[in-house]
This record gives sequence, structure tokens and C-alpha cells, in this order.
Amino acid sequence: MNAAPALLEVDRLTVEFPAGDTSLVAVDDVSFAVGAGEVVGIVGESGSGKSVTALSLLGLVDEPGRVHAERLAFAGRDLQRMSAAERRALLGGEIGMIFQDPMTSLNPSFTVAFQLMEAIALHERGSRRARRARALELLKDVEIADAERRLEVFPHQLSGGMSQRVMLAMAIACNPRLVIADEPTTALDVTVQAQMLALLLRLQRERGMALVLITHDLGVVAEVAQRVLVMYAGQIVESATAAELFATPRHPYTEALLASLPERNAGNRRLASLAGVVPGAYDRPAGCLLSPRCPYVRDRCRASRPPLFAVGASLARCYYPLGAPPQP
Amino acid sequence: MSTPTTTVATPLALAPPSPARELWRDFRRNRGAVIGLVVLGLLVFCAVFADLISPYDPSEQFRDAALRAPSLSPVGGHVFVLGTDPVGRDILSRLIHGTRLSLVIGLVSVGLSLSGGVLLGLVAGFYRGRVAEYIVMRLMDVMLALPSLLLAVAVVAVLGPGLANAMYAIAIVMLPHFVRLTRGAVLGELAKDYVQASRLAGAGTLRLMFDTVLPNCAAPLIVQATLGFSSAILDAAALGFLGLGAQPPTPEWGSMLASALEFIQSAWWVVTLPGLAILVTVLAFNLTGDGLRDALDPRLKR
Repeated sequence: MNAAPALLEVDRLTVEFPAGDTSLVAVDDVSFAVGAGEVVGIVGESGSGKSVTALSLLGLVDEPGRVHAERLAFAGRDLQRMSAAERRALLGGEIGMIFQDPMTSLNPSFTVAFQLMEAIALHERGSRRARRARALELLKDVEIADAERRLEVFPHQLSGGMSQRVMLAMAIACNPRLVIADEPTTALDVTVQAQMLALLLRLQRERGMALVLITHDLGVVAEVAQRVLVMYAGQIVESATAAELFATPRHPYTEALLASLPERNAGNRRLASLAGVVPGAYDRPAGCLLSPRCPYVRDRCRASRPPLFAVGASLARCYYPLGAPPQP
Repeated sequence: MSTPTTTVATPLALAPPSPARELWRDFRRNRGAVIGLVVLGLLVFCAVFADLISPYDPSEQFRDAALRAPSLSPVGGHVFVLGTDPVGRDILSRLIHGTRLSLVIGLVSVGLSLSGGVLLGLVAGFYRGRVAEYIVMRLMDVMLALPSLLLAVAVVAVLGPGLANAMYAIAIVMLPHFVRLTRGAVLGELAKDYVQASRLAGAGTLRLMFDTVLPNCAAPLIVQATLGFSSAILDAAALGFLGLGAQPPTPEWGSMLASALEFIQSAWWVVTLPGLAILVTVLAFNLTGDGLRDALDPRLKR
């Protein structure tokens, strides 16, 4: 990938939640890196550990959840070596986050102006007037019509798309180097989704921010991301450039995800789907986690868990990657 | 991007109402609540200007006019509009001064209970699943398991009778309600993304508690506090009636009831009038509280 040290380095990240005498492994041995200005998509179905990955990077996983990693670093600084408070102080200005549900992501008790100005105050002191002007500027930047008036409005008086834009404005208020968007368009209707995505990308390009886009919509990733991580049951099952992933998926799960896109099913009467659900805490198979659902499953897959193998330019967690010779 | 929609100026006349104005609009629609509020206003007026509007001193005894029935005709140069009690004190004056006591009782007990309850509730909500939560919540469960009046009597028995101790006892009895309510509201709010966003921006636990989460839990607490006023007044009256609250000659409504108990058959006014005062006050608080709940509950909003 990039020759320069990555902005965000994640090496062997594991997040567990104790549940009775076992524990639920929400994120299992996940490693990846995000370069400055890069757009990385993380895709996977519900429960695959996408959101927990993001939260654990930010130190927001609560008791009783446990986070381990070989290395967790932002801009070369080891996040595990600092206290939670130090980490938040560092990340508050450098990483912005956008959440899934715009209706709960703003504090209902305060006006838009108040919340924006609070976010701005994180990194620039300035007078009230200066911060207010900056808040207005931010609202205009996220293409909110009639921004002047929206400043004085409370969150419940905004529509979902509008709230999400305000959230985005707050996320970029400190000129972060990385924005993590956790399903930023899921709760919005389709036309607003497209606008929101275009806006996100425009800001990303203009400001040279890195963007981690968490979604279950491969269509979104195809439009936006340079690199894609496909997650399944807490593991990365495939990691590839977006072009590579869509042209030659290496992992059966990726293939199944692609096959289930409505665009690829034109003319079919039924949408292709993969039977079964993501394994939970108690029904994790001994072998490959996809083995109960995989159409190509063999005995070896049921017996042991495959590691990530390099397949062409991609990484795939499969003994029998598609379109390539089986792993020894 | 979508120029047609963004360039059209939205009519500015549609400026959304401020939260306070919206609250008043919703509150006003409930007639009972408005009546309750008016009565509360009158009670506050009586309490503040008790010394000016009451015809006599509440402790002054007119020996030759004991147990006089309510009437407008003067007795020995004095008019007792609501009659006199067994030792000849003017009931109207005592009731007016009792308003002051009742409101103070409500204010102090609810204030103590609310502040303690909010603190404990915040701790229990924020430290969910930790030892702190178990200690606080199990203690509250134990307190809830005892009948409230019995608990109040027990507390007064420990502290000793008196108006101040009765107020502390009532505050302790009401505490679990505020704790549970706060904790419930806090847990609901903590699940929302804005709390995560605030943590991400570097907010510490104290800031999260009081700046981020507490304002959003205010609505149910305001309602409970208003309703708590009425139960505090009732409990204080009950304690006074049992001789554990205000001591004679304090013109507290509950102890007025108690001291007139033996005349209940012969002189109806000595028990009826303080009882009515309690009833009206409690009703006014309940009506106002209900109205506030309706106005503050977003589910009842259009």
C-alpha cells in the first residue's frame, strides 16, 4: 500500500464480551491499516463486528468488553500506551465519527449552534462570535439550506438527513485527519443517501481526510472506497482493492454478498441469498466460520480455521479461494 | 448539489417555537392543569403574605370564644370566619400560616430527595453492572419494600419527632422513586449515539453525567418532583397527625387535625377545614403534575 507509515494501524485486534462462562468474540484477530487520505470500506452483515471494531479503536468499548491488540496506533502514536483520558483527548480532535441513527446522534437538549460551537471549542479557543461564525460556515459546508436559521434550532426540529448533516459538520469541526462513518446512510431514504454520500466524499477529497466507511451496502463501497475489508463473524475474510474485489472476489462469502446485490440479479425472480445466519457466541463452528453456510465447503474447512492467505493482490481467509489454486 | 431544492428560500415565518413556549402551549390545553396552577399560585401567595392577610396571630388564644362555629357575626369584637379551635385560636389564620409550612415541607423534602436521588441514580446508571450499582439499587429495593409511612415513622423514631426531622424522613422515603426514575432515564439516554459522540470528543464521566445526559432526563424528574410535593405534604400531615411531625402550637395542617380529633362529632369545622386544605393543595399539585407530564411527554405530542 502506502510507503509512508499509515495514519491508523491496527494489528491483531480482538474484542471479547464475557457471556456466562464463555465469551462472545465480537472482533477476532483483525488487522488493517488506513493511509492518510485513503477511503477504506468495511462491509459485512449485521453482527459481523464492524461497529465494535470502530468503537474499540476509539476506546469506547465499555466494561465488560475486553480489547486486546498487538498494536493500535494513530499517526504513529500507540493508543494502548496511553490512558483512556489521554486517548480521548488525542482522538477528539483527530478522529471524527458519524453514527448510524441521526435521530439520536445529537443531544436533544441543546441547539445546533451550541453543539457545533462546543465541538469547535475543542481545538480552537476563539471568541463566541468567532466560533459562531465558524459554526455557520460548517453548516454551509455540509450544504444545509438556510443555515443561519438552522443554528438556533433543536435537534427534534430537524429531519433525519438534516441531522446527519449537522452530525457531519460536528465531525469535521476540528479538521480531523480521519473520519469514521458507521453506516452513515442506512437510516436515510434513498435520495438523501446519495446526496449524503456525495457530500461525504466531497469533504473527504477537499480536506484530504482519511475515511473509514462502515456499511452493509456493497453498492456504496463500490462507488466510494479504494480498499475494502469484508468482515464475517468478527473476522476479516477478504481484503482487497475495490476494483479487485468486485472483479474477482476470492472468498465465497464475498461472492455471495456480490451475488445478492439487486443490480446483479436483473431478470432473476428470486434474489440470490446465503442460507443461515452469522454464528453467535454459542454456535461457532470448529472450522471455518462460514463452513455451515458455504456452498463450496469441504472436509478441511470443517476441521480447521483458515488463516488469511495472499491470493493474487488480495488477502482471503479461505483454503479454496475462488479462481485460484487451493492453499497447501 | 440538488439546486432546485436548496436555493428556494424557506419562509421565515415558520420559525419553530422555543421549548418554553411550546411547553406552555401544550400545558394550557389541559384545563385541570391550569386550574391546579392557579390554585398553586394562590397557595404561594398565602404562604408568602401569611402575616399580612391572616386576621389574627395563629397562636393567639381567645379563651371566651373556644370552639366557635364559622360565622360572620362578631364574638366579643372578633370575627372568626372559619370558626375557632378547642383553645380558641382562629382557624383561618392557622390555615393560612399552615400553607407556608406545607409548601416549605414540600420544597425541602422534594429538594433533598430529588438532589440525592439524581446523584445516586446517575451513579447507578453510569456504573451499570458494577458494585456501585448493586449497592445503590438493592438498598433502594429494600426501602421500597417497606410501607412508606412505616418507614417514615421509623426514621422519625430514630431522629426524634419534630418538623425538620419529619421532612428528612419524608425525603428518605421518597428517595427510591427518584433514584429509580433517574437511573431508568439515564440508561435510556446512554444507549444513544450522542453520548458516544460526546465521549469521543473527550468528555469525562462528570461532564457526561451532568452536562450531556442529565438535561435529557429532566422531563420525568420534573413531573415526579411536582407529584412528590403532594405526597410530601400528605406524609407530613400524617406524621403530624401521629404526633411525630410538627409539635403544638405550630399551625401545621396534620397536627391541627390530630389535636381536634376528640371534637369530630361535636364541631365539624375543626377537622373538616384542615382536611379540606390538605385535599385542595394535594389536588392542585397532582393536577399540575399531570398537566406537566402530558406537556412534557413527547409521545403525547402531535
